[in-house]
Amino acid sequence: MATDHSRVAARFMISPAVLLLLGWMIIPLSMTIYFSFLNYNLLSPGMEEWIGFTNYEYFLTDPAFFAALGNTLLLVGGVLLITIVGGIGLALLLDQPMWGQGIVRILVIAPFFVMPTVSALVWKNMFMNPVNGLFAHAAKALGFAPFDFFAHAPLFSIIMIVAWQWLPFATLIMLTALQSLDQEQLEAAKMDGARKFNRFFHITLPHMSRAITVVILIQTIFLLSIFAEILVTTNGGPGYASTNITYLVYAQSLLQFDVGGGSAGGIVAVILANIVAFFLMRMIGKNLET
Amino acid sequence: MGSIKLENVSKSFGTVEVIPPLNLDINEGEFVVFVGPSGCGKSTLLRLIAGLEDVTSGTISIDGQDATEIRPARRGLAMVFQSYALYPHMSVRKNIAFPLKMAKLDQAEIDRKVNKAAEVLNLASYIDRRPGQLSGGQRQRVAIGRAIVREPKAFLFDEPLSNLDAALRVNMRLEISELHQNLKTTMVYVTHDQVEAMTMADKIVVLRAGVIEQVGSPLELYRQPANKFVASFIGSPKMNFIDGEAASKYQAHTIGVRPEHLRFSRESGPWKGVVGVAEHLGSDTFLYVTLEGGEQFTVRTVGNAEFHHGDVVYLSAEPENIYRFDENGLAIK
Repeated sequence: MATDHSRVAARFMISPAVLLLLGWMIIPLSMTIYFSFLNYNLLSPGMEEWIGFTNYEYFLTDPAFFAALGNTLLLVGGVLLITIVGGIGLALLLDQPMWGQGIVRILVIAPFFVMPTVSALVWKNMFMNPVNGLFAHAAKALGFAPFDFFAHAPLFSIIMIVAWQWLPFATLIMLTALQSLDQEQLEAAKMDGARKFNRFFHITLPHMSRAITVVILIQTIFLLSIFAEILVTTNGGPGYASTNITYLVYAQSLLQFDVGGGSAGGIVAVILANIVAFFLMRMIGKNLET
Repeated sequence: MGSIKLENVSKSFGTVEVIPPLNLDINEGEFVVFVGPSGCGKSTLLRLIAGLEDVTSGTISIDGQDATEIRPARRGLAMVFQSYALYPHMSVRKNIAFPLKMAKLDQAEIDRKVNKAAEVLNLASYIDRRPGQLSGGQRQRVAIGRAIVREPKAFLFDEPLSNLDAALRVNMRLEISELHQNLKTTMVYVTHDQVEAMTMADKIVVLRAGVIEQVGSPLELYRQPANKFVASFIGSPKMNFIDGEAASKYQAHTIGVRPEHLRFSRESGPWKGVVGVAEHLGSDTFLYVTLEGGEQFTVRTVGNAEFHHGDVVYLSAEPENIYRFDENGLAIK
């Protein structure tokens, strides 16, 4: 469609934006890489020296790293599982004709608009607090001992909070997918003898597979870098029980003032994210093709 | 097997009555076409028979058994949808096998039946493709294939040809008619196209606003329409109507003459008019004539009639082919 001339002009005109974005990415990345090879501690300024891969060695052999890696995977996996299963379930419910549909849909979306720090604090202080929280009151009313969520199941608690935040997003995407399903297909399946259960698994779920991959892709990108919820609730503790890679990098560079070690951790996180992205893109590429 | 009987069946959506109580018998092996203008309730009627909609009152019996409360799959009917409703994520083979899989047949039996259907419908060459890679006509065949593997008591077609182009539509029309000759299964076919109705049906059911206007064979409807609506709906081009003085000569409120039953001359005749448009199709010529009284008449004549815009023409009707209607639009016998 476009002539050679207009193509050249188009490239020329988008180049400032591309260069800006490239610089925006390249400069911090290369500085991080550079710092990661330095012995750079904020407590001893002016003492920076080149130490090669020592920072990486320390970071990768630190037991905290493996704990954080496991926590990161559990956090991402757990939240994905809850939001996808829950999102499909809620979407199926919201798709039913009912009174006040518009209001209910807005209510469902609402958690997405709450800032992560705020929602985590609300959960921490109003729901999961072992003395004043609603869950504690409910447990006491039923005759059980209140459960101290952040002390005994810190990662699980954070997974719950993050899942609560992302459930609306998943629900919304699933709902739109559900509404785009051709009703005649469901009717055809009905005529073909498929009952509700079979209709869901053979018609509805395959139809939603694309939406599910989109949810997995977008959520994974954001869930790998969960930070605020951990900072305001458990501070990564007790021990390293709720520390993920992002939080570990933060602790390394800003709590221990070790910029070099933190940078090395950041680069490791980038590599890990790329590995995850590689597998995700392969999976999604297959799913988005048809 | 495959007779369907509707007794006092009615359907309302909320307070709107789409189909007032109606009775209809569909005999075994018949090709029945529901025809009517859009919104006349013909698709709703088909969906009631299929069980995709619940009847508001009345009973539907299939092979003498009350099927009103039976769920769609158990009625033993197969349906071909307007959009074909193929399952996009399954190959053609899996699409056709789906009803058999749901019926929990064993794999060897499924393969045998699917292969047979593929052979009958000539779709073996694209059996491993997905619906998205098929043309409209091929999708249509797959949809029919999915219907015939179930060996249903009756087939229900919901405007199956309306998404195809004209040439393909004629082909598929023939194929469906042929299929009916081979299978001898009852078929119920919904269309708004009177040509499809006339060419395929053993029995046509003309519907208007949910009411059955007339039931009969194509030629019965053509020769003895029960009222003005049926008269104008069946036959192409439409029947011409004239009322007032010209009609009272025949003791009727309105008389109707089909385009093919009009004679014309340049010199004299009872109705004088001016040619508006003349369509020369080669085999036929259609003249659109405006009469002195303002009525629009269509005249069909075989071969080439040398008439052009603005020519004066005198029309007369073949006396044995004049249809007479009273003031309520009912035919006078």
